[in-house]
Amino acid sequence: MNIDFSAEELAFQGEVSAFLAAELPSDIRDKAANNIELTKENFVSWQKILAKKGWAATNWPVEFGGTGWTPTQKYIFDNECAKVGAPEAIAFGLKMVAPVIYTYGNDEQKQRFLPDILASNVWWCQGYSEPNAGSDLASLKTTAVRDGDDFVVNGTKTWTTLGQHADWIFCLVRTGAAEVKNQNAISFLLIDMKTPGITLSPIYLLDGSPEVNEVHFDNVRVPAKNLIGEEGKGWTYAKVLLTHERTNIAGVAKSKKRLQDLKEKAMQTSDGLSGANAMLSDNFAWQQKIAELEIELLALEYTELKTLADVSTGQAPGPESSILKIKGTEIQQSIDMLNVELAGYYALPFVRDQFVDGFEGVAIGPDQAAGSAPTYFNNRKATIYGGSNEIQTNIICKAVLGL
Amino acid sequence: MDFSFSEEQQMLQQSVSKFISQDYDWDSRQALSKSATGFSAANWQLFAELGWLSIPFKEDDGGFGGSAVDLIVTMQEFGKGLLVEPFLANTILAGTVISEAGSSEQKSALLTPLMEGSLQLAFAYAEPQSRYELANVQCSAVINGDEIVLNGHKSVVLNGAAAEKILVSVRTSGESCDREGISLIWVEASAAGVRRECYASVDGQRAADIWFDDVVLPASNLLGSAGEAIDVIEMTIDRAALAICAEAVGAMEMSLTKTVEYSKIRKQFKVTLSSFQALQHRMANMFIELAQAKSILLMAAMEMDSLNGRAPKALSAAKSRIGKAARLVGEESIQIHGGIGVTDELDVGHYFKRLTAMQFLFGSTDHHTARFAAS
Repeated sequence: MNIDFSAEELAFQGEVSAFLAAELPSDIRDKAANNIELTKENFVSWQKILAKKGWAATNWPVEFGGTGWTPTQKYIFDNECAKVGAPEAIAFGLKMVAPVIYTYGNDEQKQRFLPDILASNVWWCQGYSEPNAGSDLASLKTTAVRDGDDFVVNGTKTWTTLGQHADWIFCLVRTGAAEVKNQNAISFLLIDMKTPGITLSPIYLLDGSPEVNEVHFDNVRVPAKNLIGEEGKGWTYAKVLLTHERTNIAGVAKSKKRLQDLKEKAMQTSDGLSGANAMLSDNFAWQQKIAELEIELLALEYTELKTLADVSTGQAPGPESSILKIKGTEIQQSIDMLNVELAGYYALPFVRDQFVDGFEGVAIGPDQAAGSAPTYFNNRKATIYGGSNEIQTNIICKAVLGL
Repeated sequence: MDFSFSEEQQMLQQSVSKFISQDYDWDSRQALSKSATGFSAANWQLFAELGWLSIPFKEDDGGFGGSAVDLIVTMQEFGKGLLVEPFLANTILAGTVISEAGSSEQKSALLTPLMEGSLQLAFAYAEPQSRYELANVQCSAVINGDEIVLNGHKSVVLNGAAAEKILVSVRTSGESCDREGISLIWVEASAAGVRRECYASVDGQRAADIWFDDVVLPASNLLGSAGEAIDVIEMTIDRAALAICAEAVGAMEMSLTKTVEYSKIRKQFKVTLSSFQALQHRMANMFIELAQAKSILLMAAMEMDSLNGRAPKALSAAKSRIGKAARLVGEESIQIHGGIGVTDELDVGHYFKRLTAMQFLFGSTDHHTARFAAS
């Protein structure tokens, strides 16, 4: 047991920090600092810079182009990126479908898909939820019926995050009897978004952004060679993917950075309650909330580090990933609300265009304040997606406590 | 960074775990708790033979060079058995004071017999008015040539009943809350002018309030330099706080396990309690609290071993978080058991009591949250 970084780890930290200082484009850095939404090009160009350095796939095995980092190196990398506001990798390709492909795909599929994911040539999105299959994911109804060398896909997927940017979608489809709710009738299929019969309609969220979509499939012909693993085993693969997704959702490094920002902003924000020159950071109730959150986050940081250490020995993240998901999202949402509290009156103005690239009007309120309420509203999703926190609790009951 | 336990640590864990699960059954524990001395002298001797009483001490002092991680490994297992032997009070509290402040003669006289299991000690630091402020010391010691004259009242001295010698924090100069002017001395429990009121504590252990009335002792009973003891006292209490955090993690683990097991056999409305989602989610929440408690305990122990100066803040984070978890797990265990949970007969209520005591020893949950925020 040793909590300190070794000389090699300290050197690595220096290397990451120097790389970020030199390579993170200033326009992306500025957008992060000013709450401006990143464009597809922003995400892709940053991911390509990382790929060129060989740092795109921090969670992959080395044989497919992963970094081969230790858990501590991943921890250092995530923390350094969060400190400077470097965009997080869009998880759908690198962190979600790729582990399924390199674990369950055949050689042809690995060669066909993994290099383009690694190089960010292809943007992936997720086709899991359906209008009538949310938390009860296994009740999904989208069908894929074998016809010669193809599957013919019909149905609707929803909550497809950034599907408007996507080139490919990975889907859970029903290949068995439609009437039976049967997890053995679900298969994992990769679909080119340009295939005829696919249409996309945006869904606007509480912050006014078209972040998610409905994706409709109308007699979409998908080559059978795009099926991952065995027909009817999709649920097994999906569960593995979901443990990776939950681990990613925790967002510990980002929450640390946001909490640090909050503390600094509170020192510059007056709080009339306790005297003319008193700052919010002197308010006892505020201090108490910040301290409790920091302590919770510190505990979660070590829960995550221990989980990563287990994963590095070859295990898929276990039920601990449910703890990471529950606690990580609760902490994020607490920080969201503290940002709203910090903003005070300036939590109210809502000039949607202010957060979009190229806005040339008058920005209302301090940077942090303007986005605070929309972010809080939008991020209520965090305790719902990836399997709602109540579903995670059920998983702990079943998988850990045997209830 | 490295999150693996050494081979020695794994062996230590197995050895303590084996003792607790095989030789420390519930009925014997209860009998010991209710006995005249409150613990077993034979067990204490066994701990000495197994080397457990030497775990926290430097190799130079004849100890095993025990790290904070060794300490939490041991205490977690003790917590599972709700150990009544005074390891925390004698070995950790008194032992750390001697180890950190004592001269080599004092270590031979006090620490060596402590490790051999032949000496019971206590550390008297709290006073009725001090609560968790360690510099709030009014007990006075006047050093006069070869003599020290001691006066004052120390409260809730753990192991105060069994202790043959008592280590005392005293004021030798300055005002009540000054950090300077605090010293450490040791006094024979049998010395003239020492009066003890011994009692059981709510968690089945023993303690005492102790009054000193013109107690005269030799000046050689001073440990370390006069007036400069506050750092050692704070370090000792932080170490004891880490130890009790680890004990609480062990106790929570048992309390959760017993609650889950009970829910699977107890039937109401013709089905087991475990089939009700309202109860399932409460137990899952207890599991999450325990997981977070384990993580932050490990963090604090590793910070303590790294000697990087971050230990006090890390310890406060752990004490605050584990105190919160201990309250939830203790209370929920009772609630899920139902009526049987509030009976003296069942063990789960006794875990609850120890988990409650844990929250108020060495700084309460709120005290440590505030100390974390201020540092």
